[in-house]
Amino acid sequence: MSGIDAHDNADHDHTDHGPTPLEREPDPAIALQEMALRELLIEKGIFTADDIRRAMEAMEARSPAMGARVVARAWSDQAFKTALLTHGNSAVATFGVSMGVAELTVVENTPEVHNVIVCTLCSCYPRALLGIPPSWYKSKSYRSRVVRDPRGVLAEFGTTLPPGMKVRVHDSTADLRFLVLPRRPAGTDGWYADALASLVTRDCLIGVAMARAPDTTAL
Amino acid sequence: MTPAFALGDNVVISPRDQPGHVRTPCYLRGRRGRIIQVCGAFPDPELLAQGTLGIPYRVLYRVAFALYAVWPDYAGAPSDDLIADLYEHWLESEEKHP
Repeated sequence: MSGIDAHDNADHDHTDHGPTPLEREPDPAIALQEMALRELLIEKGIFTADDIRRAMEAMEARSPAMGARVVARAWSDQAFKTALLTHGNSAVATFGVSMGVAELTVVENTPEVHNVIVCTLCSCYPRALLGIPPSWYKSKSYRSRVVRDPRGVLAEFGTTLPPGMKVRVHDSTADLRFLVLPRRPAGTDGWYADALASLVTRDCLIGVAMARAPDTTAL
Repeated sequence: MTPAFALGDNVVISPRDQPGHVRTPCYLRGRRGRIIQVCGAFPDPELLAQGTLGIPYRVLYRVAFALYAVWPDYAGAPSDDLIADLYEHWLESEEKHP
């Protein structure tokens, strides 16, 4: 007896709905074009299927851990922080990160200003530093609402800002890619870079959260 | 390529409707903003999208908008703002919009 037979549909039925649609399913015509082009290029020996697989693996191996290392260094090295804020591409190149044709623009959170990033037109994101964007970053809900009511959207992420702190929304519409430099949490004086990086999450680099506070119970 | 606008200039975003791969969000068209950074020249994305080299290049600016000026019923703090990256051919001098 298979597991499917044991599924008796007591609490729901399967007749009146299809699978949950993705917000943006690939266009079948474009998918077909991609397949035709890929097969042609492989057939002509321009690259191999393994080259494509390796390129995809490398793309998907990128993660917010790189962004966290960059921030940890900026928190502990004033000269690096200045370089990061003024010449983002060359600063992150010292970590072996290439931004390609995009220009990295790092925006610093302060006690007076909180920055948050969005791309209302599509899903521009500093992938070299943060990897694949989360699905909410690409959702129409986030993209349309964070420019309209940033404080409300931030509150939904658990980030409530005092009225006296300015919110600055960056709509990533063109050739720049944005990274938020979060505020360094209190109680981290003298911490090494690896420990500092452990407080830096993906969401605080997009600006919907603050860096984690140190776990004082573990000290 | 000499930028037509400078840091601190007030500009109005062109309200024109234009089909194609346009990188100027609709919600900013017709709004007033201020140049906070001149970023240099980049290939024109509207032409790049047509399979060309994006020539002529366009000067890109970072333009700041008060959120209460973008959304008349904005309920956040008066100092809250938004910065978008916009190409020169979408910017108009505020003198044209008294």
